[in-house]
Amino acid sequence: MRPPSPSIPEKEFLFSALKQGLRLDGREFFETRPVTLTFGPELGWVECSLGKTRVLAQVDAKMIKPPPERPFEGVISIHSEISPMASSEFELGRPSEEEVTITRMLDKVIRRSDVVDKESLCILAGQRVWHLRLNVHCLSDSGNLLDYVEVIGEEVTVHHPTSRAPIPLSLHHNLYCFTFAFFSDTSIHPVLDPNHLEQRLNGGLISIALNAHHELCVVQKSGGVPLEPADVLRIVNVAVQKAKDLDVIVESRLREDWEGRKVEVR
Amino acid sequence: MSADRLLLTLSDSSDSSDGHSRIEILNTGGYRSDGRRQYELRTISIDLSPQGSGADGSASLTHGLTQVNVCVFGPREAKMRSQTYHDRANVNIEVAIAAFSASERRKRGRGDKRILELSQTLKSTFEPVIQTSLYPRSQIDIYIQVLQQDGGLLQACVNATTLALANAGIPMYDFVCAVTGGVHSTSALLDLTLLEENDLPNVTVAVMPRSGKITLVSMETRLHVDRFEEIFRLAGEAGTVIHREMRRAVKDRTEQLVASMQSVGRPSTGADVGDNEY
Repeated sequence: MRPPSPSIPEKEFLFSALKQGLRLDGREFFETRPVTLTFGPELGWVECSLGKTRVLAQVDAKMIKPPPERPFEGVISIHSEISPMASSEFELGRPSEEEVTITRMLDKVIRRSDVVDKESLCILAGQRVWHLRLNVHCLSDSGNLLDYVEVIGEEVTVHHPTSRAPIPLSLHHNLYCFTFAFFSDTSIHPVLDPNHLEQRLNGGLISIALNAHHELCVVQKSGGVPLEPADVLRIVNVAVQKAKDLDVIVESRLREDWEGRKVEVR
Repeated sequence: MSADRLLLTLSDSSDSSDGHSRIEILNTGGYRSDGRRQYELRTISIDLSPQGSGADGSASLTHGLTQVNVCVFGPREAKMRSQTYHDRANVNIEVAIAAFSASERRKRGRGDKRILELSQTLKSTFEPVIQTSLYPRSQIDIYIQVLQQDGGLLQACVNATTLALANAGIPMYDFVCAVTGGVHSTSALLDLTLLEENDLPNVTVAVMPRSGKITLVSMETRLHVDRFEEIFRLAGEAGTVIHREMRRAVKDRTEQLVASMQSVGRPSTGADVGDNEY
């Protein structure tokens, strides 16, 4: 069901506020909503929320025989579901445009950038490897689902079914994704982490996934209002800065959680 | 011509004495695996003659060995009333990748995520470029067929679509010219082949040449920020080179059409042919 477009007064209000340098929720142009990570009871279960947008991710692992062409690497599959629980715009069953974007981004980020060290997933070369299945459920959409989904991908730990101590998955690096929305009126600066209304009224989105070491993994600006090259580079630099900040937060949360669980190891 | 050179280089490297058949991306003489230099683009061939039954505009574009055909229908009455907009035209893009296009035969269904993503990217690239507000409640259909893939798929699709739209006479704000760029250790390369794309971090950039603004940036591989900046700028400039080729092809085609129109019926009127400046 195509959602109704925002009303004209809402549109005008948003644009005139942005022109004056104000965002509707009081944030700065380049400020993200605060990220809260909640770790579930079992390992490999995380819920992340950025403002009112919430996403849940869970990792499951099982042993399989590896495909013959790559006997030394494990397999990762990503499965994402956006149900109407997240927002009335989404229908069950048919992949909507946004779902395709999210799945593909996740795919690009996690598989093509080699975030997870696939070789470490190998148990017995040619015979048994781990098959990781990452399930992502979007619980509530208040704009900018994408960024979310990325942040959680990282908290993944594998637990061996043989009751040995669980070891964390070796990730090459942590990836963060930032989405900037820009508007058809080019005098308005791009905003980071658009909320629902900003996302509906945008003239284009640019998503950047990168790690904390100044390496860009995915840059996607699919059309929308054309930007000067200098603007694009400026946005990339902001994303680099934000990635460093976010990395500090996520690492510290992960460490806290890990400490909390160590107690249960026999 | 470039195809022969590619074959030659492949057979040469497989004969190397140490038994490894690694193909060098950029050798010490500054030549790439297909004989091009660092910033050299592949041969572009553009064919704007009519294809398909009654397409309003069509284009067949090749970048080296990558070949893409595009047919444009429209603006025409929308098939489904529910998808029309009251104030502008609906742009619908469908991509079909032939099973024989890659080196291994693989049939891809319509619902394949990669194809869906490609169509969506193209749609959001062209929607702001086409002057859709001139055709309310109608539909513009763009059908893309990929016949051969040798790297630079998104690039070829964007360029071919621009040409087909121009051929169909659909008003646009500007051309959209795309080019891929990559980095091999410290040297930047342009217009990558499949071999180079698989090995190197690469980015596809589409630029609107008159204003120099960027409409599309797509990068799926890991690359350091400083390198990104370099390639990004380079690719933007390379877009203008492609723009020249495209303009020339459109102009030639128009001249041909005008000449054939004039030669039918009456004798030459002496009117200038080259006045259609784009």
